[in-house]
Amino acid sequence: MLDICEYYEAESLNDAKRKLASSPSANIIAGGTDLIIRIRDGAMANASLIGIGRIEELKEISLCKNGDIHIGSMVTFRELEQNCTIKERVPYLGEAGGTMGGPQIRNVATIGGNLCNGAVSADAVAMLCCLNAVLVLESVNSTRSMLIQDFYLGPGQVDLMADEILTGITIREQDYLGYQGRYIKASQRKAMDIATLGCAVSVNCQEGTIRDLRIACTVAAPTPVRCSSAEKLAVGLKATSDNIMKIRDAALGDVTPRDSWRGSKAYRKQLVMINIQRALESLVLTDGGE
Amino acid sequence: MKTLGKSLKRPDAITKVTGKAKYVADYQVKNMLVGKILRSNIAHGHITKIDVSKAKALPGVVAIISADDVPDIKFQPTGLPIASYPEPGMHADKNILTNYVRFYGDEIAAVAAVDVLTARKALELIEVEYEELPVYLNPQDAMTEGTVEIHPDSKNVLGRNEFTIGETDLAEAFERCDLVREDEFMVNPVQHCQMENHIAYAYMDEKERVVIVTSTQIPHIVRRVTAHALGLTANQVRIIKPYIGGGFGSKTDVCIEAIVASLTLAAGGKPVLIDMEREECMIGTRLRHAIQFKIKTGVNREGRILAKEMISVSNTGAYASHGHDIASKGGGNFFRTYPAELVTHFEGTTAYTNLPPAGAMRAYGIPQVNFAVESHMDDVASALGMDPVVFRKINMIQEGFVDPLKRNMVIENIGLDQCLDKAKDYIGWDKKRKQYSKCQTGDRRRGVGIACFSYGTAVWPYDLEVAGARMKLDPDGTLQLTMGATEIGQGSDTVFCQMASEITGIAYEHVLIEHINDTDHSPFDTGAYASRQCYVSGQAVKKAGLEIRNQILERAEHLSGIKVKDLDIVAGQIVEVNSKRLVISLMDIALKSYCSMELFGVIKSEVQVDVRSTAYAFGASAAEVEVDIKTGRVEILNICNVHDSGTILNPMLAKGQVHGGMSMSLGLGLSEVMLFNDKGKPLNNNLLDYKLPTIMDTPDFGVEFVETYEPTGPFGNKALGEPPAISPAAAVRNAILQATGVRVNQTPMNPQSLFERFTLEGLI
Ligand SMILES: Cc1cc2nc3c(=O)[nH]c(=O)nc-3n(C[C@H](O)[C@H](O)[C@H](O)COP(=O)(O)OP(=O)(O)OC[C@H]3O[C@@H](n4cnc5c(N)ncnc54)[C@H](O)[C@@H]3O)c2cc1C
Repeated sequence: MLDICEYYEAESLNDAKRKLASSPSANIIAGGTDLIIRIRDGAMANASLIGIGRIEELKEISLCKNGDIHIGSMVTFRELEQNCTIKERVPYLGEAGGTMGGPQIRNVATIGGNLCNGAVSADAVAMLCCLNAVLVLESVNSTRSMLIQDFYLGPGQVDLMADEILTGITIREQDYLGYQGRYIKASQRKAMDIATLGCAVSVNCQEGTIRDLRIACTVAAPTPVRCSSAEKLAVGLKATSDNIMKIRDAALGDVTPRDSWRGSKAYRKQLVMINIQRALESLVLTDGGE
Repeated sequence: MKTLGKSLKRPDAITKVTGKAKYVADYQVKNMLVGKILRSNIAHGHITKIDVSKAKALPGVVAIISADDVPDIKFQPTGLPIASYPEPGMHADKNILTNYVRFYGDEIAAVAAVDVLTARKALELIEVEYEELPVYLNPQDAMTEGTVEIHPDSKNVLGRNEFTIGETDLAEAFERCDLVREDEFMVNPVQHCQMENHIAYAYMDEKERVVIVTSTQIPHIVRRVTAHALGLTANQVRIIKPYIGGGFGSKTDVCIEAIVASLTLAAGGKPVLIDMEREECMIGTRLRHAIQFKIKTGVNREGRILAKEMISVSNTGAYASHGHDIASKGGGNFFRTYPAELVTHFEGTTAYTNLPPAGAMRAYGIPQVNFAVESHMDDVASALGMDPVVFRKINMIQEGFVDPLKRNMVIENIGLDQCLDKAKDYIGWDKKRKQYSKCQTGDRRRGVGIACFSYGTAVWPYDLEVAGARMKLDPDGTLQLTMGATEIGQGSDTVFCQMASEITGIAYEHVLIEHINDTDHSPFDTGAYASRQCYVSGQAVKKAGLEIRNQILERAEHLSGIKVKDLDIVAGQIVEVNSKRLVISLMDIALKSYCSMELFGVIKSEVQVDVRSTAYAFGASAAEVEVDIKTGRVEILNICNVHDSGTILNPMLAKGQVHGGMSMSLGLGLSEVMLFNDKGKPLNNNLLDYKLPTIMDTPDFGVEFVETYEPTGPFGNKALGEPPAISPAAAVRNAILQATGVRVNQTPMNPQSLFERFTLEGLI
């Protein structure tokens, strides 16, 4: 028995926006895999919920004419993993999604919920940061877009107004064309676990030379971080073991993980280094490695 | 054997997979109230004030009880017949509700309300003030002079025992050794995490008796203990045990029955349900004891153990539960698997602390001892420069071993050596051990490890071992079997049916067993623990079956004139032994026993057995691992358990037990641990933060058996329920040692802790 006092099933996006604007204390519920747990924990007494599960336009993944990919916020992790456009263009995003939860959870959990929930360990986030994903937030009165990095304000805190709905995520062609990527999730269990550290790398490497590198880590700071000094250092470097070591060492300066009983600062730093190294080795290494 | 030894289908299989089997939560009782327990949010202190008035005023609240509303009776919630070590009643240290809080989560009040939300809100409205006391989380702190006593006059020591076996003086014996090694180990607390949380509902029946429907492993004992705690006589309490979703020992204690009964009494006999949440279950029931070990072993140049000593300190947490028994059992185990030639010394202490109470958990303290001893064995072997398998073989228990700790019983039928050989072959020991001993330098390094164990069946001679069975031949020639033993998911009911069929000759499909225990109707049996039911309760089935068989054959003799000794029951027919000729059908006899003028007399038997024996099960685990040095992750590449559990009565169920046990041991060894902050507040009492392995973390398990014949077992069988959970963790630890050269002497060997060790050892 959950402490829910009202549930409203929105008919359309406009309907959802209107309802949200008129009920300031209401919450959007997507897959409910974060929200229901909070309610069960007693953290949201008398919850009032607005369901957006019937809004078809939020469930689509589309390839725009200009090559951009648009992912609706209600796309589930399973759909993300199985979608042809994703598989063809950014397979590593689908693979990153595949590290989350277990099959049952991936069937209901949405990408929008993953972002809006604001957890530092959210598994879709790091790779979306590498992709410079643009979030689209809509309310009755306004539509805003912002880079995913700007969306995160602190642990559990996102730049989402009470009346706003995240409608979708855009990945621009320039951010994926020519890139390869890899997400390495460090967690104690191989399924049904939160990341001790999440590490995403995407790289544009031509003829053995790194043209552009993007590294994003989660659980490495209060919000997801891009390892910008490592990224800068990498540009123009040959993809050799030595250079990979330099890059990973530089990334240490970009992260500020903390000590907690879930994992020590030292261990998280180690994971930042080793997983950047391993991701890069698997993507670009030309000299055989080790 | 005709029926035993086969992988026959469980009689409860279809009922369970189709969802028809009723567990406690499935009983829909009209107007059932919901009970919730208010747990302390400090770990140690006195309640100076408890005000329930606001909660009482909340509409929908029917009853609220706190310590003053329940009898001031201290009881011991434990499962064994009556705690007999060191003497009965010694550790009655628990009240149903308390105003002296001893751990974070201690039960201080309870509410019965019309629904869950109201009950939860009521808990929030109860105002509690505490006078806090210092919190002790480990035995050393708790046992320091001058600390506050968690239980009066205890000095925070629950129990202590020691023994020396062998004539030689210990110090002198160590002097005579060529090599002496000393190691320390720490096994941290884990939790059972059985599928079904603790759940029970209670009501008063029309005769004003308290009826409790509960998920328990020990219905008859729950009745005795609960009645005592409530100040009632046994007869005023009735316990019903429906289908159960596992227990692993956590349900061999009275955890919620006395509280739910108190609530129904307070609510005028109305039905009240307590359905624990996982978070609550993980701290509000029992833990596996955290135990520290110091082990010292002296050997001669040939590798023979001459002297050994173990000092163990066990942490029982806030209440005694099973008392000191778990630590003391470990001492015996230490002595037995590898007996020392000259002398063995053991000292065990169990301390009270402010952790949640520890109690019985699968294999009763032996997984802890085994991790320490089997790890230490490898360390001694490596100090000797000897292969760990060879070192174990030189020292392992031999047939004819006389056990002074078990009334000088002689241990025979030891399949340990063969188990070790099989495990070794399974893993490809000789080749891989050599291969991996070459210097490894990469990020990922491999090793193989091995560990053995021994384990006693049931609890004799320390406690009573009794069981009961009832059989009745129905008019259609089928057999009804009612056991006092409890099926909790392990499959004992299946094996009892197989046993009944084996003995009587009635087809397995024609044996109908009652899965529900009811203290009003079920024969007396102490329940599911100590790997005892196939061994002890099996004797009851055998005895009852023989009586039934005899009665059937006597009727057949009466009808046919053929002597009983010349008759047999085969597939539902009475036949003449020599000619195999049909004499009469079983159905005929059965029907006549109900409605014939001459032959009336229902064929039935009810027996009770008092088993005064025990038997040792043995086995070995072998593991091959790959360690990721840089991240501290351990991958199990291959692992097997080989068991000598005597006769294997149902191979499929046996394998299932072994799979489950191995998984538990890997959890203990690699990932599981209950964490608390320095105030004793639990940090990870949920299945997200408590790293119970998932199926993705679970390797394929190799399972093999070495079938010996145990003459004291009803069908040559001995313990199998608990043994699988004993040795895998140590085998993995020893494999990690080979892979990395690092001795990890603490559980869990999780990535964080291995990272720290590897950093310390300069591997990172
Ligand atoms: C067993 C289990 C395992 C899990 N494992 C993982 C894991 O491995 N990795 C991981 O990252 N997460 C994991 N999670 C967490 C969770 O499943 C994910 O964060 C998931 O993506 C949340 O999506 P949802 O659709 O269920 O969100 P919901 O729970 O419905 O919503 C989450 C939050 O976002 C808000 N919200 C949702 N959609 C929108 C929207 N379109 N606009 C505005 N606000 C919105 C809601 O109001 C709520 O505050 C796990 C959860 C469970 C129960």
